[in-house]
Amino acid sequence: MSQTLEGLAAIVNEVAGTPIADITAEKSFVDDLDIDSLSMVEVVMACEDKFGVSIPDGEVKNLRTVGDAVAFIDSAMSA
Amino acid sequence: MSTSTQRVVVTGLGATTPVGGDVASTWEGLLAGKSGVRLLEDPRYAELPVRFAGQVAVDPYDVLDRVEARKLDRCQQLALIAAREAWGDASRPELDPERLGVVFATGIGGIVSLLDNYDILNTRGWSRVSPMSVPQLMPNGAAAWVGLDLGAKAGIHTPVSACASGAEAIGYALEMIRSGRADVVVAGGTEACIHPITVAAFAAMRALSTRNDEPERASRPYDKGRDGFVMGEGAGALVLESAEHAAARGARVYAEVASVGMTADGHHIAQPDPEGKGATRAIRLALEAAGASPSDVIHVNAHATSTPQGDIAEATAIRAVLGAATDGVAVSGTKSMTGHLLGGAGAVESVAAILALKYRLAPVTANLDDPDDEIGLDIVHGSPRELRSGDAVVLNNSFGFGGHNVALVFRSV
Repeated sequence: MSQTLEGLAAIVNEVAGTPIADITAEKSFVDDLDIDSLSMVEVVMACEDKFGVSIPDGEVKNLRTVGDAVAFIDSAMSA
Repeated sequence: MSTSTQRVVVTGLGATTPVGGDVASTWEGLLAGKSGVRLLEDPRYAELPVRFAGQVAVDPYDVLDRVEARKLDRCQQLALIAAREAWGDASRPELDPERLGVVFATGIGGIVSLLDNYDILNTRGWSRVSPMSVPQLMPNGAAAWVGLDLGAKAGIHTPVSACASGAEAIGYALEMIRSGRADVVVAGGTEACIHPITVAAFAAMRALSTRNDEPERASRPYDKGRDGFVMGEGAGALVLESAEHAAARGARVYAEVASVGMTADGHHIAQPDPEGKGATRAIRLALEAAGASPSDVIHVNAHATSTPQGDIAEATAIRAVLGAATDGVAVSGTKSMTGHLLGGAGAVESVAAILALKYRLAPVTANLDDPDDEIGLDIVHGSPRELRSGDAVVLNNSFGFGGHNVALVFRSV
């Protein structure tokens, strides 16, 4: 598990209670992880704090899966 | 089928209070004279004139799932705990969700969540304000969460009438069933607004006791030394059900909700009418609607907040309605132990009144060392009082800033 995935999984676990082991790259936030639009704001806020990146509102709709978010965060961190 | 004379009964009770984390422990504490009032250790209270309150005996995070709890304001957490206990106590009635309603009141709402997020706004900026802060602060939030939890679709309502809110919720629920809108309604009240600003604000009204050296003895209704109310937090919940529906499923019935009397003082925003005229009318209307005479009343769970004026105004009202029968009525002021649960008070005290009726045992009024001669009521203190058997009614009074008066009558079954 990448460090980013690990960090994101901890956040999703905190917000939605999903077991860490179930939070894998292909999982959809909405369909698989019980993250509604309000919870997604919390996840985004926590990611911005944890990874020191900015995730604009316009970008959030593209982050359908955990893998999408990890890729976005990794690319923002290396930018 | 429902009519205005539809009988409505109570089939479930729930509570979480400064005295106990559920109905059983709260009731036991109220019989034993156990105070739930404690010093507030948080240093933010150090400079305030009042440094104590009644905080819930059981931390809601010890009861609720963590993920669930973090979405909710504390008043919503307490409401959910009480409502779930009541629903379980009623053996989880199965019915069409469109026939199930929720009426859950609060006087203040999710003010602590609002204040916490205001602090975040000032320190970290708007982008860190929680997306849950609106659902947390909205006064109907507790009712909405209870409704979502139970899947209620007949209607979800939140009466707001300061310290009468919880009682008004029960009255509204009664009318909801009688008007045919629902067969079962979970009704209650909740409050969790203890925070330096609310303590300071009530202290600014000179409404609170300042007995900082003896917090457990600060709430002392009817005592000559009473000097104001004591803030508390907690929630109470009742499952109300049409008698027909309860009978059809063979439900255990605690009592009948015989009637509610609601009036307004039209006198002052925060002072009670000194003669208790609005309260008198509320009690009279409730007894008339219940078809009960003063001699049917065996017990009053009084509003009795421990304020110098309020206790006298209520006593005047009780005597005005019950007349000569007043002397045979056991009156209890349970805020002496719980503190004043504001929007939760009427619900928790209705739970206590119903249990007093069921077990024929009136809880004590703690801290009554030197009874005020002006009161003229038979106050239960020292030890619980046995109540007579046979058909009877009990009365629960609630009054709120703004001049709201609510009297509920529960009848034995």
